[in-house]
Amino acid sequence: MFHGQKDLIGIKQLSRQQIEEILDVAKTMKYIINQPTKRTVYLQGKSIVTLFCENSTRTKLSFESAVKYMGGMAGSLSTSTSSTQKGESLLDTVKTINQMGTNCVIIRHSMSGTPEFIGKNVDACIINAGDGMNEHPTQALLDMFTIMEEKGKIEGLKVAIVGDIYHSRVARSDIYALTKLGAKVKISAPATLLPPYIEKLGVDVCETVDDAIKDADVVMALRIQNERQKNGLFPSTDEYSKFFGLNDERIKLAKPDAILMHPGPVNRGVELTPELADSERAVVLEQVTNGVAVRMAVLNCFLGGTYEHTN
Amino acid sequence: MNILIKNGTLANDNQTDLYIENGIIVKMGQNLDFTCDVLIDAKNKLVAPGLVDMHCHLRDPGQEYKEDIVTGTKSAVMGGFTSVACMPNTTPVADNKIVISYIVNKAKEKAYANVYPIGAISKGLCGQQLAEMGDMKEAGAVAVSDDGKPVENANFMKNALLYANGFGLPVISHCEDMSLKNDGSMNEGYTSTYMGLRGISRASEEVMVSRECILAETYNVPVHIAHVSTKGSVEIVRQAKKRGVKVTCETCPHYFTLTEEMVEGFNTNAKMNPPLRTKEDVEAIVEGLKDGTIDAIATDHAPHAIDEKNCEFDMALNGIVGLETAFGLSYTYLVKTGILSTAELIEKLSTNPSRILKINKGELKEGAVADISVFDLDNQYTVKTEEFMSKSKNSPYDGFELYGKADTVIVKGKIVVEKGELK
Repeated sequence: MFHGQKDLIGIKQLSRQQIEEILDVAKTMKYIINQPTKRTVYLQGKSIVTLFCENSTRTKLSFESAVKYMGGMAGSLSTSTSSTQKGESLLDTVKTINQMGTNCVIIRHSMSGTPEFIGKNVDACIINAGDGMNEHPTQALLDMFTIMEEKGKIEGLKVAIVGDIYHSRVARSDIYALTKLGAKVKISAPATLLPPYIEKLGVDVCETVDDAIKDADVVMALRIQNERQKNGLFPSTDEYSKFFGLNDERIKLAKPDAILMHPGPVNRGVELTPELADSERAVVLEQVTNGVAVRMAVLNCFLGGTYEHTN
Repeated sequence: MNILIKNGTLANDNQTDLYIENGIIVKMGQNLDFTCDVLIDAKNKLVAPGLVDMHCHLRDPGQEYKEDIVTGTKSAVMGGFTSVACMPNTTPVADNKIVISYIVNKAKEKAYANVYPIGAISKGLCGQQLAEMGDMKEAGAVAVSDDGKPVENANFMKNALLYANGFGLPVISHCEDMSLKNDGSMNEGYTSTYMGLRGISRASEEVMVSRECILAETYNVPVHIAHVSTKGSVEIVRQAKKRGVKVTCETCPHYFTLTEEMVEGFNTNAKMNPPLRTKEDVEAIVEGLKDGTIDAIATDHAPHAIDEKNCEFDMALNGIVGLETAFGLSYTYLVKTGILSTAELIEKLSTNPSRILKINKGELKEGAVADISVFDLDNQYTVKTEEFMSKSKNSPYDGFELYGKADTVIVKGKIVVEKGELK
């Protein structure tokens, strides 16, 4: 339980205070990751299962590393191996996992709302590792952590989010987190990749990418999935990269010390030029390390880990 | 059996007694004095023609784990409906006289209410080949519809409208342009963005409502639009009616009582097709009911088993049960609020659907078959889904406080509901 909440469903459900506490705990966790010996006992005796019903490399490995560094016991199940293939419902699968004494199930699923649905039906703590187009809360937390590290604050920063907002759970979670922490968010995307009424989430919708990036402290690029093109949402990746992709010229509109973020995996040459992806301002790899730290913090907070945080 | 209903109030506020003999309303008037087997005191109660639901799913044959003709009609009479028209998306599809006969015969033997099957427009609901409408009409079908699956090909729909009209069969169109549906599972709007769900555009419904109106106008044939849910659809039908197009339409209680916010928390009992829309749409539906653009209120009673709703939101099946809440919701939200008179409500729930389906119900008059519903309008009650007679409990209205409960229901002169209890 973390301030009365059993599950981490989304940033939507977190208060600013909860977000800040997780980010604070994550500082210690990052220190641990950077030690030659990473083993702690904060989650000793806790059993954690990752249940991934959608492809993932970094998020799954990141969570599993987090569990190991904290001395917890990790199990893993993915749809190809679980019995959902035999016609068992997901709820029955999770109830089965729950019944084995599991303290926490980390779920990724292609359908929005699945972690919330499962959380209402089992005792174990449910952590959302990305659900459909809804939320990816640990990604947003690691993004906030990265911004804090680089900029020392979030309040008042100008943040641009560029790319496929419509299908992106990362964009939604980042928008909720950034607005809760007081950043000014501008977004830009082809009109077919903007969800309706997105401005009601407290962001400015810009007509061009240039408008969004201008004077930004942080620029976040989102992954463009090729199937979007096949579905007729934009004409070609060439045209996309010309009008919406980030390159050395375009990034000059941002503040000189602006950082560039991307949740990965990067489509080089589409949303980012290869030069930009490897540039000084890109913090893409730092985001990966921070992902482990933040997930350790999340597990400690929600599972009653023994690391005691003091302000 | 002879029944005398005393001191009831008609929908037009007039007081009357009704005397029923051998299933027929023999006499109506004040201070009737007949010897009778059963005397019903309807003082301070509404005596209405039995309600007619022109759009429900009884799931029989094929999906009896959700509902069957017996439980579905028990649910109907508990809600004051004495006649129901059931959609053909059964297993097998009611696209031929054999399935229609099965429904008619089973209903004759076991149903609590009058059951009027609706046949399919196309074989297998596939939109490719016309179903044998003449045969189905002979077997007892009162209308045709591919409900649940829109007829995508406009030329095919044109032919269906022409052919069905040749047999005097109303065509009920489920309007949904699948190419605009976007794999959506709720209304496209702020809530879908906030929840990360794919949205179903209002245009998906309105494009096809427009098409049906244009076809009906061009070929001068009638068409009935099922479950209208958007402001735009109401306006399209309103304009078409002004031009004299033979279009009629229905809405459902959920489209004038609930909005898309009901989906928050991934509430699968608020998942239906068409989806719950916005406040603006609800207001337009209410306006359409008021000015007569919307002719009828139907339930779209869509029973589903618990596992079909207690699951991932995208996997949950569409629809809610509605027979046992439709009158209470309509009365509470439309009459109690002063939007419609009781008489107007009874037109929408009985007279008009009966007229559209040409089934000769929906009127209390001497010589008519005694399908009568007596409603208690004064006492508030709480909806308890677990007490529903339907096999399925998928309703977003659990705990709602409503007015308007069926007290006594008579079908063909037989009392099937007495003091709010199934007999």
